[in-house]
Amino acid sequence: MSTADDDARLAPEEVRAIETLSRQYENKRAACIEALKLVQRNHRWISDGRLRALAPLLDMTPDELDGVATFYNLIFRRPVGRHVILLCDSVSCWIMGHDALLQHLERRLGIRRGETTADGRFTLLPIVCLGHCDHAPAMMIDDALHGDLDAARIDALLNACRGAVLRWNAR
Amino acid sequence: MATIHVDGRDYEVQPTDNLLHACLSHGLDIPYFCWHPALGSVGACRQCAVKEFRGEDDRAGRIVMSCMTPAADGTRLSIAEAEAVAFRKSIIEWLMTNHPHDCPVCEEGGECHLQDMTLMTGHSYRRYRFTKRTYRNQYLGPFVGHEMNRCIACYRCVRFYRDYAGGRDLDVYAAHNHVYFGRHEDGVLESEFSGNLVEVCPTGVFTDRTLANVYTRKWDLKGAPSVCVHCGLGCNTIPNARYGEVRRILNRYNGEVNRYFLCDRGRFGYGFVNGPKRIRRPLLAQDDGAAEPVAPTVALGRWASLLRDGRAIGIGSPRASLEANFALRALVGPERFHAGVADAEGRLLETVVAILRDGPAPAASLRQAEDSDAVLVLGEDAPNTAPRLALTLRQAVRRAAFALAEQQKIPHWQDAAVRDAGRDVRSPLVIATPDATRLDDIAMATLRGAPDDIARLGFAIAHAIDPAAPAVEGLTESAREQAERFAALLQAAARPLVVSGYGSGGEAVIRAAANVAQALRRTGRDARIVLTVPECNSLGLALMGGAPLSAAHAALRDGRARTLIVLENDLYRRADRASVDAMLGAAEHVVVLDHTLNETAYHADIVIPAGTFVEADGTFISNEGRAQRFFQLIVAEDGVKESWRWLNEAARAAGKSNARWDTLDDLITALGEQLPALAAIRDAAPAADFRIAGNRIRSAPHRYSGRTAIHADLTVHEPKPPQNPDAPYTNSMEGYYGRMPPALYPFFWAPSWNSVQALNKFQDEVGGALHGGDPGVRVIEPRPGADSDYAQEIPRPFARRDGEWLVVPQYRVFGSEELSALAAAVAERVTGPSLGLNPEDAAMLAVVDGDAVALELGGASHVLSAQIRPALPRGVAALSIGLPGLPAVALPAWARILPAPPELRT
Amino acid sequence: MECPLTSNIRRGQPPLDIAGYERVGGYQAVRKALATMSPEAVTQEVIDSKLRGRGGAGFPTGQKWSFVPRGEAAPRPKYLIVNADEMEPGTFKDRLLLEGDPHLMVEAVIVSAYAVEAEVAYIFIRGEYRLAAERVERAAAEAAARGYLGRNILKSGFSLDLHVHTSAGRYICGEETALLTALEGNRAIPRAKPPFPQAAGLWGRPSVVNNVETLCNVPHIINRGAEWFRGLSLGPDGGTKIYGASGRVKRPGAWELPMGTPLREILEQHAGGMCDGYALRGLLPGGASTGFLTADHLDVAMDFGSVEKAGSRLGTGTMIVLDDRTCPIGMLRNLEHFFAQESCGWCTPCRDGLPWTERILAAIESGEGEDGDLAVLEMHTQCLGMGKTFCAHAPGAMAPLESGLRHFRGDFERHIRTKSCPWRT
Ligand SMILES: Cc1cc2nc3c(=O)[nH]c(=O)nc-3n(C[C@H](O)[C@H](O)[C@H](O)COP(=O)(O)O)c2cc1C
Ligand code: SF4
Ligand code: FES
Repeated sequence: MSTADDDARLAPEEVRAIETLSRQYENKRAACIEALKLVQRNHRWISDGRLRALAPLLDMTPDELDGVATFYNLIFRRPVGRHVILLCDSVSCWIMGHDALLQHLERRLGIRRGETTADGRFTLLPIVCLGHCDHAPAMMIDDALHGDLDAARIDALLNACRGAVLRWNAR
Repeated sequence: MATIHVDGRDYEVQPTDNLLHACLSHGLDIPYFCWHPALGSVGACRQCAVKEFRGEDDRAGRIVMSCMTPAADGTRLSIAEAEAVAFRKSIIEWLMTNHPHDCPVCEEGGECHLQDMTLMTGHSYRRYRFTKRTYRNQYLGPFVGHEMNRCIACYRCVRFYRDYAGGRDLDVYAAHNHVYFGRHEDGVLESEFSGNLVEVCPTGVFTDRTLANVYTRKWDLKGAPSVCVHCGLGCNTIPNARYGEVRRILNRYNGEVNRYFLCDRGRFGYGFVNGPKRIRRPLLAQDDGAAEPVAPTVALGRWASLLRDGRAIGIGSPRASLEANFALRALVGPERFHAGVADAEGRLLETVVAILRDGPAPAASLRQAEDSDAVLVLGEDAPNTAPRLALTLRQAVRRAAFALAEQQKIPHWQDAAVRDAGRDVRSPLVIATPDATRLDDIAMATLRGAPDDIARLGFAIAHAIDPAAPAVEGLTESAREQAERFAALLQAAARPLVVSGYGSGGEAVIRAAANVAQALRRTGRDARIVLTVPECNSLGLALMGGAPLSAAHAALRDGRARTLIVLENDLYRRADRASVDAMLGAAEHVVVLDHTLNETAYHADIVIPAGTFVEADGTFISNEGRAQRFFQLIVAEDGVKESWRWLNEAARAAGKSNARWDTLDDLITALGEQLPALAAIRDAAPAADFRIAGNRIRSAPHRYSGRTAIHADLTVHEPKPPQNPDAPYTNSMEGYYGRMPPALYPFFWAPSWNSVQALNKFQDEVGGALHGGDPGVRVIEPRPGADSDYAQEIPRPFARRDGEWLVVPQYRVFGSEELSALAAAVAERVTGPSLGLNPEDAAMLAVVDGDAVALELGGASHVLSAQIRPALPRGVAALSIGLPGLPAVALPAWARILPAPPELRT
Repeated sequence: MECPLTSNIRRGQPPLDIAGYERVGGYQAVRKALATMSPEAVTQEVIDSKLRGRGGAGFPTGQKWSFVPRGEAAPRPKYLIVNADEMEPGTFKDRLLLEGDPHLMVEAVIVSAYAVEAEVAYIFIRGEYRLAAERVERAAAEAAARGYLGRNILKSGFSLDLHVHTSAGRYICGEETALLTALEGNRAIPRAKPPFPQAAGLWGRPSVVNNVETLCNVPHIINRGAEWFRGLSLGPDGGTKIYGASGRVKRPGAWELPMGTPLREILEQHAGGMCDGYALRGLLPGGASTGFLTADHLDVAMDFGSVEKAGSRLGTGTMIVLDDRTCPIGMLRNLEHFFAQESCGWCTPCRDGLPWTERILAAIESGEGEDGDLAVLEMHTQCLGMGKTFCAHAPGAMAPLESGLRHFRGDFERHIRTKSCPWRT
């Protein structure tokens, strides 16, 4: 499960935030998923180093925490780009033309599903049904949901992203 | 009892069991993977499906998992019904979609539960035509290999490692059909029970690396029932051999002792048997000091000449069999026989014997310990001194969770549900030790103190339980309250247990433990006691008796003795260098019988090649007082022979009239006559003339191959298998195999059951006693009506000293035990000697973790690496002991500690 | 027509804040229940309302609550958990409620927690529903500030803490026992039942898990009574239902309609019928894990019993429409890909069986189908049924496949025979 390390430190605010989180539950461990998400919001992905730094705050071993981290779809254990594009590949979107949109995105970005552009700007990932089926096909870019997609709309969204300020810390 | 109807027949079963357990117990075959008799049911693999019918009129029925269905009275089920058969077959078909089918190169091949189950379900034709998933494997240390592609995701490994054994560095990763079982990153598995994965895993993911290095198929491995030689608990094992070499150790089920699991020291410690330092031929010291191999007759002749003047004395050994010790005792005479342990340890063992014999609390077997519902540990660091006991205590604390689950009508075998319901509920376990232990995570309370303070706590608890037990003077209010609280916990239990032993380092602690057990007993509780002992035959030797080691020294010094015979014992591990040097120097002649060269042997005039536990037969007595026979696995073709036989031959050569034993049974008879308290060891196993339908028992499985080829480089003639006059085995694949007295099983195998899971076929009930009763005889029980007086001598509270530390022993599961540390795999796990210090003490000495410190003890100075141990009380230091390269010292003892001068640092 | 669930929801506008919500009668159910009703009485009212779970299984809600141990001897704390995981493909009704009227959700939690005497509640929201989580969190904060949450609510002696937990994404988290495991900070592996969550759930304590839509009915039942609620429905199950449609229909969307509204009315009237140039081939009435209905079933009333009689399940009530210009094998491949990916990996049939069905379907779709493939698929539909796998995930996966093999048999055979997909040319 190893991946290259970038950094192994957690900021003091992160440590405090995680301590606050764990108070919502009966034990520290229960906060682990939200803690992973919190760290991921700040650093985009969970490196081995951060995983190891995080585990003791939750009374877990890195092995236990990694078991949880690798189970869930939205925890990234490998580096991702500055914008993560989640393209819904579930049934309604598929009926409404997912395959063509995927091809379009792959061509536009010059990457395959699961990859990150060479400039580190975009990662393209599949996602299960986003609950936006009445506006299929749909996708999320970072936190924002977009529906009724076609090639033109996708191009517009990508262009907007290129100029956009990062929203990673916004919640 | 309940009656269930299976395919038209009725079976009497326990309604508290599940259907799988019930059917297997009746000898019915149902395939399974995720269920394990010690781990319970979780319903993950779906392999054990059967058809259940609602009543006689229900023809359709429904598929249920037999492991998840109670064996309720009147249950109707079918194993043979077509839909159930088809479903079970499809399970294997699914498991096989990604399996690499690499049986020819798989270490599990031939003893693979997956192979057995595949045949049992009838899946034989592959329909899946797509590519398989592949994984990367991990390095998990010297003990356990990893080949993830063979995984069938039964989740047994993590359930054993995490849930059962408390390990936290093996887990499951990812999801769907990408689930991965391993560590977060490559590295040594931390748990000292990791080796059980090899047997728990039903296929070849986790395999024995020590076997893989010299791989041999199961059917080409001979086996013999044996007993572990690496601590005093007496776990039953089956060593396997090929080409005269031990290739691995398997667990040998004993329902009262180790049941399904061993510790890694026991499983992987065998390497010393094949070690480069083995003594294979007699050696004679030459004038120039060099040792020359000589013919046995030459060695015996020389030895006999030393014996004739009658001034020989003997030093026995707690790691040698009773028979070997008895032969030495007979050779030199009972008054000239010395127990081969340090004087302090000898006293400690005598205390243990007295407590177990004079009662009133009987020793607990490991199974009984597991059934305890409250445990007090005084002084003992069980994970390091008696690891298998630690695994047992981990299960004992689950009694409360089982009770809670029962209230919620959750059956005990519903493993996940019991763990969910009883999440943080544990029966009380109180651990009082000088330093932290690896059981602390499950303890209700942990207390840290010097041995005398631990003893005082014990005495105070005893007094709180029974006011007739002596009171402890000068106890603080809070200490008294604490003692009362623990007393109440123990009194509230139905089956309380007290654990102590050699690891505590102090007799006072052991006596305090005895007082607690006795107080519980006197107040009507069914209390038991576990007292650990250091070596595989420590208790046997203590029961045999013998003069202290210091008396041997005195006899040599005074000239009452000239020749010293040392049996399987490195005296340099027993006492400090100076006194051993002096003792050996005082002896005119030294004869050493041992299997492996050690420092003592270097001082010998004659070195005699003794057999190890695999080259000999004999009896050990475990800490529980259980006498257990181990049998010869390898008939050595060089000079190696059982110590007792050498001693007997020496006696013959010297013309001694009592040298009359031709076989082990002769010796055991004589032993019983002279030491009636030990006469029962005869019943530990059947005698050598035991036959079934006129046959000996075969010690090799019936597919054992290449017999003529084994020696083809020497001769093309098939040699006659060697005969062992001391045991009822053939040493070949001819002979009887089937139901037999349980002490004799050389391997477990049943038709269609080639893996370790064959065991089901040999038990009265799955997880219960072996057919015919679990092996071993208890030779020590409390005397009827025994009710000895309470120990009265209560130590004074520990007081720190200026500039001095009380040094207590720190045992290490890997390293502290002599023989296992010689095994290459275990040696990889041994870390260097260290001195544990409280952080404040370390700060005072201006040392940090890893700094070199000088320990001035008993007139010598030792340079050690400091280890900061936050739990250690101030004024107490913990010295790793028994490690290779560290001289023996008697502990606890006061010592000075200084930062090591630069020139002494390495 | 009354639409109690959605009456406060204005498309394209932010939801009501607490003042606005109170103005339209919000938190009256809390006041009424806490001041004038015992927990047992609230539970009884819900039993009488014939409210059935909207999460997919349709279990009677009041009855579920009645299994919770009550009184002094009951283990503490007890938990109420809202299942807002909504990851069933084709389903988008809970998001509508969470984003559109978060205070209704909060009020529903308070009244329901009171009914089962829970002192802690969690709303388990899928990770992608960021907006929903934000809005519910804000609503909860406002409610707490007004004294509807926290210690001694409205001086009734009842206390409740409400936490919003956002998930990290896995369909199986929606399965109620897996949800509990996830909430405890573990891999979301389902648990064996018994013990049921009502007896031993979150951290081994009594717990009730209900769907968002289910609970949102509760304040209205308390305010207006069980009889009124039953009257909303056209059939035996009480209340309204949020139905939805996606696929090639003219107006995809979601509508609150009387429970038991006929399928034809939903499809033709509310969804506007099929898009021009497309004809109906079949539909999954309630999400990906329900079986196909076809044009023959359009007169089926969309309630639990009627849909079941027609050979499918009401599920979440949000239908996915298959048109004649889409390959049914491709659709099934897409569905089984989803289920295979989302298997938790615990039990063999699901973990290793679903990927096999996906691969066969992919092979057939791409013209590489072989004789015998259909037999293998059928083996799966038989062997991955209820009770054979550990939880209902795999049986759910088999519902569309089993019915698809029946309804689209000719398409399967043609793919295999011609070694090509007619829709791919
Ligand atoms: C695989 C699987 C996924 C599920 N996902 C959801 C879900 O996302 N939301 C939901 O409310 N129920 C879901 N359920 C149903 C729940 O297990 C449970 O029945 C429901 O939350 C109970 O609430 P109700 O009685 O109010 O319907 C799922 C069930 C299964 C088997
Ligand atoms: S059916 Fe089995 S593997 Fe699939 S989600 Fe349920 S428990 Fe997990
Ligand atoms: S043994 Fe019964 S399900 Fe695995």
